[in-house]
Amino acid sequence: MKNLIALIPLLPLAGFLINGLGRNFLSKGLVSIIGSGTVLGSFIISCMLFSRGEFSSVPYKYFDFINVGTLHIPFAFQIDQLSTLFLLIITGVGFLIHVYSTAYMHEENRGHFGRYFAYLNLFVFSMLLLVMGANYLIMFIGWEGVGLCSYLLIGYWFKNIDYTKAAKKAFVMNRIGDLGFLLALFWMLQRFGTLSYHELFSANGIIASLHTLDTTDIVGITLLLFVGATGKSAQIPLYTWLPDAMAGPTPVSALIHAATMVTAGIYMIARSNILYNLAPSTLTVIAYVGGATALLAATIAVKQNDIKKVLAYSTVSQLGYMFLALGTGAYVAGVFHVMTHAFFKALLFLGSGSVIHAMSGQQDIRFMGGLRKKLKITYLTFLIGCIAIAGIPPFSGFFSKDAILLSAFEHEKFLWVVGLLTAALTAFYMFRLLFVTFNGSFRGTEEQRHHVHESPAAMTIPLIVLAILSIVGGFVGVPEVFAEGGERLAAFLSPVIAQHHGNVEHAGVSHGTELALMAGTTILALLAIGFAWFRYRNYREEQNGAFGKVLENKWYVDELYDSVIVKPLNGLGRFADVFIERSGIDALVNGVGRAVNYGGRQLRWLQSGQVGSYVLLMVISMVLFFVMEFFLKK
Amino acid sequence: MDIRYYIFLSIALFVTGIIGVLTRRNAIVIFMCIELMLNAVNLLLVAFSKMHYKALAATNPTAGTDGQLFVFFIMVVAAAEVSVGLAIIVMLYRNTRSVDINFLNRLKH
Amino acid sequence: MGITEILFWILAVASIGSALMVVTSKNPIFSVIWLIVTFFTISGHYILLNAQFLAVVNIIVYAGAIMVLFLFVIMLMNLDKNTEVQKGRWMRLIGAVAGGCLLLVLVAGLRSTEARATQLGTGDIGLIQNLGRVLFTEYVVPFELSSVLFLTAMVGAVVIGKRDQTGRAAVATAAATTAGTLEAE
Repeated sequence: MKNLIALIPLLPLAGFLINGLGRNFLSKGLVSIIGSGTVLGSFIISCMLFSRGEFSSVPYKYFDFINVGTLHIPFAFQIDQLSTLFLLIITGVGFLIHVYSTAYMHEENRGHFGRYFAYLNLFVFSMLLLVMGANYLIMFIGWEGVGLCSYLLIGYWFKNIDYTKAAKKAFVMNRIGDLGFLLALFWMLQRFGTLSYHELFSANGIIASLHTLDTTDIVGITLLLFVGATGKSAQIPLYTWLPDAMAGPTPVSALIHAATMVTAGIYMIARSNILYNLAPSTLTVIAYVGGATALLAATIAVKQNDIKKVLAYSTVSQLGYMFLALGTGAYVAGVFHVMTHAFFKALLFLGSGSVIHAMSGQQDIRFMGGLRKKLKITYLTFLIGCIAIAGIPPFSGFFSKDAILLSAFEHEKFLWVVGLLTAALTAFYMFRLLFVTFNGSFRGTEEQRHHVHESPAAMTIPLIVLAILSIVGGFVGVPEVFAEGGERLAAFLSPVIAQHHGNVEHAGVSHGTELALMAGTTILALLAIGFAWFRYRNYREEQNGAFGKVLENKWYVDELYDSVIVKPLNGLGRFADVFIERSGIDALVNGVGRAVNYGGRQLRWLQSGQVGSYVLLMVISMVLFFVMEFFLKK
Repeated sequence: MDIRYYIFLSIALFVTGIIGVLTRRNAIVIFMCIELMLNAVNLLLVAFSKMHYKALAATNPTAGTDGQLFVFFIMVVAAAEVSVGLAIIVMLYRNTRSVDINFLNRLKH
Repeated sequence: MGITEILFWILAVASIGSALMVVTSKNPIFSVIWLIVTFFTISGHYILLNAQFLAVVNIIVYAGAIMVLFLFVIMLMNLDKNTEVQKGRWMRLIGAVAGGCLLLVLVAGLRSTEARATQLGTGDIGLIQNLGRVLFTEYVVPFELSSVLFLTAMVGAVVIGKRDQTGRAAVATAAATTAGTLEAE
């Protein structure tokens, strides 16, 4: 059992080593098999673990990782319900995306192909470490590892300077968040003396013995952890790296920047839910940040023309939704949405990849249109993804989104309104994307018109699988109002996620209100879809209004950051360069040199080379010596 | 006779030699001043040797002989030194047509 | 105050005075002659101390050989005029002051030493018989080594003098020859 668990992350690590070291002499087919096969192996083991159902919060310890003084941090894995769920998502979706990549990246030459799969396997390894770790430090290792892989894969086409810059942006912004995470770890060590989940969170653990809400320590730790989460999960104010991260290959965007890595922040907060329950003020902050991110990103997505940018902002928006859920205490709903979102967002990204593949690299939807006939499978699966994300029953997005909205409604009406608005906007921009891309007339070049073709099976089969998951994935969390014995997911996760804090399913909202809310949401989404159909069925070039321009330029947030943070920092750097470095330190250093030089030039007169002066100096020093010897010696 | 008179006399001779070395530029005169300093030391050695002899003659009939033999060896070394030193001065004179030690500032280079 | 004390003071004044004349004479020839006078007074001191062997050797080696050698060199190089360039007045003053300081410091430092007497007139360790016995028993190895030193000095003087191959090495040869005579003594 213990060895089997260790195999889960070790398989992708082995794949990384083989593919990374052998990228120049392994054939592409072999690389594909190794890359996908290792992840499939991990997936199978995860399924075995899941079906056995031997969940335990007691960690499996492998070796001592840090053993200094009173600080003991073991290298250990913890396989409980939450990590098993994430294992299934990561390895399952990851495997599909690996398969998809074998076809999508086929035109890369051999060395780069091997490099791509090595990075992808390393990413899966790091992500598995992140969710399997039995303490925050192991999570942090994985956390940094996925950040590294994200950087490597965004900058995968490193010859393009803009892509490299996007990779650097992602890396730097993630570092800001990671600093918060790290500080939280130090604080926790200082306050509790351990980072182990088991010691912290178990029924008779350290946290359980604390009863006071909102102490400085707890609020500080939770807020710093949340800062880490905003970096990794692209929340205000650190979200701007995620849209730029679309510079990487599309499967990477699907796997890392939509389905798995960006949900690491959700996982971390869900994992620490017992800690967060003690800090209601932090939860409020999370809820508002999440709501604001959801709404802001949704408005930006409405006016984007790059197919991947729309999906990127949609991801930011959906992540905001998840934080909204966490902030209102609905951890299960947040994790539920992570799962469904992983299905349909991976589907949408892979679908967009299929479209881009068909259009020979064209990403601007203004030059697409009418692809419905030629890309039948892509179109159908994309449609399913759009319905799922828009929240139309009985697709998966409906259930998870509804759980979040219900929690928001019960918790704070204002947040509910924000969520509702975001839901409507989501439906609108997703169907705008769908209609502009697949309906109307073809607007690309003649050459592209001839080239358009359906993608190979390696790409369509993952699409179909994900589409099916997008349809049925929601049924694990059917609310009780529809089926007796629903809420299977909440029941499944109950050992890990405490239910006592304002969880919607058992809250004081009657079934009637719940149904009314669902109906309202659905009708709003349908209205938004109808509006999109009316507006974008036959897409033509249109002039943007003033507000449209603001949206198209993403609320000028990048420019704002540039002028508020980057430029002053540059100015500070220039100030330091000119005044501190050159006039200060340089002057000091040069001054020392000049003083020594000057002193040497003056002392040189002593070394005249005249024997007479040497003798004179000798006599004088003899006199001094005798004076010291005779008169000064006590 | 008080030994301190000999000490002061030797110091006076020695310092006279030093002043000569410091104030003159003629290499030969400086050389002679050095000889003067050596003689001051010699004188002191002999005085000390007799002092020791006076104090210890009862037990050791050769007490203080070492001091006088030292003077002898100093004279030997001084003679050798003078022969080489004067040869150097002659060389110097042949090369510079002068025995001014201020020409001997090659140590600067 | 006995005759020896009177003689000591006379000789002391004479030796300091003649030493000062060595330093202050402008003409090197006068310096040499005053130095010979100094050596004679010092030999007088040796006789007072009953160190007759050293007194005689001092006169023979110093006043005789070495000073003759000096005189020889000076005359060969025509340095017997007041051709010496004097040091600057300040340099001379500084030199004299530095020497005076040394004198003051030494005298002041040694003024309070224990007053022990030295033996004048009597005591026979300075006689050639006693010195010779010790020299050829205890100090025979240094004595032989000093002969090697002389040989080395002789070779050195010849090499230095012969550096110039043009044959104008007469002076140096003379110096070397004199050194050789010294050795013979």
